[in-house]
Amino acid sequence: MKPPSLGAILLGLIPFLAGCFSVSLWDRIHPMVLGLPFNFFWLIAWIVLTPVCMFAAYRLEDRRASANTTPDQDGAR
Amino acid sequence: MSPGVVALSIISAIVAVGSLAGFYARSHRKMDLEQWTVGGRGFGTILVWILMAGEIYTTFTFLGASGWAYSRGGPVLYILGYQPLMYVVSFYVLPYVWEVGKKYKLQSQADFFELRYGSKYLAAFVALIGVVCLLPYAQLQLKGLGLIVQVASFGAISPTAAMIVAFALVSGFVFVSGVRGVAWASVIKDLLLLFAALFIGIAIPRIYFGGIGGMFSALAQAKPQHLVMPGATKNLGHGWYITSVLMTACGFFMWPQNFAAAFTARNARILRRNAVFMPLYSITMPLMVFVGLSALLVLPKLSDGDLSLLTIVRNTFPAWFLGVIGGAGALTAMVPAAIQLLTAATLFAKNLCRPILAPGMSDQKVARLAKIMVIVLALGALYLAIQTSISLVSLLLLGYAGVAQFFPGIILGLFSKRVTTSGVFAGLAAGVIITSVLMLTNRDPWNGMSAGFIALCANFAITIAISAFTSIRVAGFEERPAEAT
Repeated sequence: MKPPSLGAILLGLIPFLAGCFSVSLWDRIHPMVLGLPFNFFWLIAWIVLTPVCMFAAYRLEDRRASANTTPDQDGAR
Repeated sequence: MSPGVVALSIISAIVAVGSLAGFYARSHRKMDLEQWTVGGRGFGTILVWILMAGEIYTTFTFLGASGWAYSRGGPVLYILGYQPLMYVVSFYVLPYVWEVGKKYKLQSQADFFELRYGSKYLAAFVALIGVVCLLPYAQLQLKGLGLIVQVASFGAISPTAAMIVAFALVSGFVFVSGVRGVAWASVIKDLLLLFAALFIGIAIPRIYFGGIGGMFSALAQAKPQHLVMPGATKNLGHGWYITSVLMTACGFFMWPQNFAAAFTARNARILRRNAVFMPLYSITMPLMVFVGLSALLVLPKLSDGDLSLLTIVRNTFPAWFLGVIGGAGALTAMVPAAIQLLTAATLFAKNLCRPILAPGMSDQKVARLAKIMVIVLALGALYLAIQTSISLVSLLLLGYAGVAQFFPGIILGLFSKRVTTSGVFAGLAAGVIITSVLMLTNRDPWNGMSAGFIALCANFAITIAISAFTSIRVAGFEERPAEAT
């Protein structure tokens, strides 16, 4: 199986860096943003920002898939 | 009418509508095994979305997220953290799983292992782990349902009676209409849950504190330590957060039912698109958390955090509204339970029973056995829910850590040619044993890390190490000719 492209993988790493590995940097109450403690604000913001990253990855993979396959394999049925 | 009767009538009405949608969905379709288990592989973006969302918003998220916010505080952030990330993982896994599934007509996760690694024993082992992990999950839904009815009836109806009725309905519509019925019952459930979450998540902080901001400033003054990790716990700190988020994000689509949901899609693109937009659906989760945090300030003395959402709703709103929330909660228990039973029953009949005990069984007989197993497993879950008092959260976490052990076999199976059957067998066995030992001896988290994550690392290491020393039986999917159809 042909693995996903490097670009798409790097885009997917961004939400992991932001929402998982960097926890010590953002797990705090202050500064409060929009009435939310900073940690809650940060994770809620990434619920919205993750689709942005993944949409970019989607465009990348989609272009690659349509370059590689014939149209009838690509969902036109 | 007493408030209990009002609330219960509304819950029953909602459950009846949801079940009818489930029964109705079968109309005009021939129910062969493929239609029953994977909906004939004809689901579009919306229905796949709903089917997956149906499995994501379970009683655990409905009552559990608010319950964790109430009883643990900061560590509840892990739920907000892993939800978007599990879809990120799915973006790189499910479209490939779908490709293979379509080409070789796969219907279950165990089918995938059998095809990739050429061993019916490995497939049966995978099916067995799947069924064992699913039972406590279905049991958890039942317990949640019991809690809802108990609170909504003001204690008038026993949770046991409520569980029996609900399970008759669930196994009924799974039996009749299979996965399509579940998806349609899910539509009603999700609309209701979305409404319920938005409404109470905003209204409850507003009624008591003038808004979400007011609630947080009150909490930051009264209990600042509750808002960061480790919150009210001793050992759920940042190391636990990172390892749990990784384990759960990798594990989520390893649940056999979530994995098999990929097969219901019409094409791989639908799965990629869903992976992009599904995280937006998680926006209801913070609202559940806000309800739990509000309850902590308003009703600080509850015996069980899982009751916080229902109790604060009961104390704040009229009985009919408690009925609406309870109805949403009841469907939130029934729909996932239905999917879990359907998956476990199919795994049992198709991947455990037929290959090992009765190789000559026809597809019709397998379908009949699977339907019977729905009832048997439903009764099993019902029995466990009534009889056992083991903490459900710990049972669920055990299941999660258990299914996460499929991850190496699936990822390496898709993308590596060097991985061998013995390697995957050994890694999986080691992962499951380490998980069970650590968790059943109350060593989760272990050294500040999630036990499932430690087992997953050992699993990866053993799979790769043994693969390096054993010979390859089947090298990837490409070498197999497509089934003539």
